[in-house]
Amino acid sequence: MSWEAVIGIEIHVQLRTATKMFCPCAIPAEGDAPNTRTCPTCLGLPGALPVPNRTAIEKVLAVGAAIGAKSPATTRWDRKNYFYPDLPKGYQISQLDLPLAEHGSIPVTTSAGAGSVRIRRAHLEEDTARLRHEKGADGTRASLIDYNRSGVALLEIVTEPDIRDGETARRYAEELRLLLRTIGAADAEMENGQMRVEANISLRPSSEAPFGLRVEVKNMNSFRSVERAIAYEMARQAEVLDAGGAITQETRGWDEGSETTYTMRAKEDSHDYRYFPEPDLPPLDIDPAWLAAIVAGLPELPGTRRARYVSELGLTEYDASVLVAEPRAAALFEAARAAQKELDAKLLANWVSGEYLRVAKEGAADPDPVQFAALVAAVASKEINGTTAKALFAEMITTPLNIREVIASRGLGQISDTGALEKIIADVIAANPQAIADWKAGKQQAVSFLVGQAMKASKGRGDAALLGELIRAALDR
Amino acid sequence: MSADLRRATAAQLRAGYCSGEFTPVEAVDALLTAIQREDTALGAWLHLRGDEVRREAAAAEVTYAAARASGAAALDALPPLFGVPVALKDLVNMIGTPTTAGSKILEGYVSPYDATIAAKLKAAGALILGKTNMDEFAMGSSTEFSAYKRTVNPWDRERVPGGSSGGSASAVAALHAPLSIGSDTGGSIRQPASLTGITGMKPTYGRVSRYGIVAFASSLDQIGPFARSAQDAALLLHAIAGSDPRDATSSATPVDAALLKLPQGDQAASALKGKRFALPKEYFVAGMEPGVEAAVRAAVAALQSAGAIIDEVSLPTTEHALATYYIVAPAEASANLARYDGIRYGASKHGGGDLLDGYLATRGRGFGPEVRRRIMLGTYALSAGFYDAYYLKAQKVRTLIARDFDRIWVAGYDAIVAPASPSVAWKFGAKMSDPVAMYLADACTIPTNMAGLPGLSTPCGLSEGLPVGLQLIGAPWSEAGLLSIAAGYEALSANASWRDQDPTDLAALGGAA
Repeated sequence: MSWEAVIGIEIHVQLRTATKMFCPCAIPAEGDAPNTRTCPTCLGLPGALPVPNRTAIEKVLAVGAAIGAKSPATTRWDRKNYFYPDLPKGYQISQLDLPLAEHGSIPVTTSAGAGSVRIRRAHLEEDTARLRHEKGADGTRASLIDYNRSGVALLEIVTEPDIRDGETARRYAEELRLLLRTIGAADAEMENGQMRVEANISLRPSSEAPFGLRVEVKNMNSFRSVERAIAYEMARQAEVLDAGGAITQETRGWDEGSETTYTMRAKEDSHDYRYFPEPDLPPLDIDPAWLAAIVAGLPELPGTRRARYVSELGLTEYDASVLVAEPRAAALFEAARAAQKELDAKLLANWVSGEYLRVAKEGAADPDPVQFAALVAAVASKEINGTTAKALFAEMITTPLNIREVIASRGLGQISDTGALEKIIADVIAANPQAIADWKAGKQQAVSFLVGQAMKASKGRGDAALLGELIRAALDR
Repeated sequence: MSADLRRATAAQLRAGYCSGEFTPVEAVDALLTAIQREDTALGAWLHLRGDEVRREAAAAEVTYAAARASGAAALDALPPLFGVPVALKDLVNMIGTPTTAGSKILEGYVSPYDATIAAKLKAAGALILGKTNMDEFAMGSSTEFSAYKRTVNPWDRERVPGGSSGGSASAVAALHAPLSIGSDTGGSIRQPASLTGITGMKPTYGRVSRYGIVAFASSLDQIGPFARSAQDAALLLHAIAGSDPRDATSSATPVDAALLKLPQGDQAASALKGKRFALPKEYFVAGMEPGVEAAVRAAVAALQSAGAIIDEVSLPTTEHALATYYIVAPAEASANLARYDGIRYGASKHGGGDLLDGYLATRGRGFGPEVRRRIMLGTYALSAGFYDAYYLKAQKVRTLIARDFDRIWVAGYDAIVAPASPSVAWKFGAKMSDPVAMYLADACTIPTNMAGLPGLSTPCGLSEGLPVGLQLIGAPWSEAGLLSIAAGYEALSANASWRDQDPTDLAALGGAA
């Protein structure tokens, strides 16, 4: 029997702030010793009080504006009560019925085409501490608590149950991450736990049927595992239902190794969190002028930018999405275009998504956009050839270069003069009788070999296309 | 001289330090000697900073000597409480001192940080004598719920000092400190002030930072002064008041400079002329002791003869305040006290089993009966299915209570005058088996907390030889006005026989040592 999956995604993202949500502690960095980024507030010491982080609030309001959500005129904080060792106060400060943003949507394009996922709500809360279970030297088990992460600002963003498959879920998560990075709200590195995705999945026999019992899936530590875990869970539930079984409402974890989900927690007695308004924090009025300034400060959003690249610059959908997917790449592209307004957008896009992204992924520094534009412009005008350009690019990301000066002072200008190239070709043909013999025997590769030799003889400055043409003509003679 | 120094007010100490008549070391020594001799009987103190405060007093003395040598301007530049001893209720965090909030669950806990008011008092040069006894987590009206010791009322050793700030009240009443800090969530400053015959003020909610004060009910808790005069209370309030970037509920309203120059004597008495006071009939409840009512009505009559206008008014929501309070306060407390889980600090007991066993053992044994009762009340009130009927409804009633008071200020009254407590101090144990009887002890003070208003209790006589307090309640931020009225009443009653009377059992306290 065929089943329709109903999927909602809940994502927690660590916001990019200098300090924690309710105290002045710095955000812990990789390698910080445990419990060194703490204070009375994030340790929950007697008498300590929270004070909200304005930057975190602004970032969530910006996210709300970017997804077309509504923000209330007044918001407030609520206490969510439960006991656990990673929760120092015995309650988490969160937002229950007045989230900072409600009712937005995010455009998501999949192999099935363009669509969107509706966002139910986005709110702010504080992170918990981190638990580590270890065995001591004497063999006894111990649970250790590191409060460095306690109180870090988290955005929780919840979709409507609009998603029907793993691919859409993955694309939604990727698109949300891109949006957060583009507006500077978060770094959202999944592998560092800065973005945690949970999926609620249920099946129903048809799109008219009521929702089935849902299973929550956690521990998906990459976009790929989001897609796979959902696909697996859909298949697992279908198998249970097809066999006449029933789905148990539970929390399951994704096991990366076996690519299966496993029961983490059978459905507990439904938790009563005893939410109530946080009395230590007054309600927060969201001044329309404040909100307007945040909206005005938003950069161009990924969807808008992609559409513009296609319609205005003539890039393909694919090229546009590759550029926009990496905010640093898009920024370089924009800055280089600003420096060289006449530059061919397609060629520039190729350079950014090719050479630049390759080195950027290896951790290289960004090139100076003005010089980068000059480099691509020199390629476009055929002043230098591709080999020279790549060598210069490799140099400019480590050493500041003035491209115009370097081309002139090092004599890197491309040789496109037919007379000069023909002289080189004559020497190359004379020096490589075997290649001539191969060509005569019908081996077309001989041409490439001769072009390579000629390029070498020209010290890399020959116009490769012209060399090929001239060599073919010479051989034909 | 030492006996006189025990009696000195903060203002008198300051004057003596400036003139060189006596020194901070002499004042501190006089108090520590009295405490040493009498606290076994009084039981007001949980922790004394004996050697530390002596050292600090010596340093203050050096500063005064230098200032005296340079002249009046240098003396004036020293803050008003410079070198003046102050006691802290044991819920004020101060670096390096134990802070127990009267609970076993915080036994052995030493504060790693300063409450904002502790830092302010230190910066103002006040000398912190130590920490005083209290009902566990400020829950109680007699200090009998302290997990550590019994504090007696210096007027009668068989009787309670009131609570929850009973240690701070008794310490000031028994001349162990000129000033002390209390906290008032439902009357915990005003009621013990009334029962021990001193002045105690709960400021407007948000007037004093709560950062570093062990929380009971966040939306109601407010820190305030105990003193033996309105002027002293004003000086202490001035030192601790003000907005605090670490307390989001603290107010940016500027601190009233009038607190530093409260009218005194005839000037204060004559300022009562033309003042308009509202006398709410609901505060003279059934069950109020006739002697208390008589003393309060006599005080009101005295105000009237001084030219004040008294109108009887109605605050119809008063009767709902107590019930509402016992929803809101326990609800907040149930969350505020969740942090005492035995994991990071304080007493930690492990049931030998899993995590839940540890929680149950730590909290089950660490909290006393009243705290457990209120945690259960609050947890119940916030539970799914009950929230709307209890917590939400209580918040709505709270709004109505605040509106009742608003009407009084809109009508132009300067203050409400009322009893601070329906009874004088009662005998130990009289209300321990009946929680509701204990709760009713705060019936006159709770409405003020529910509305966030300032209120004070000032002594207005004796009933059956025990102190009675006159409560003054004012509009938000009217602390200086209320204290000026109290100063006026002090002047009016300066010649009353009870004014000169020492607490009845004060002399006997030393004998018990």
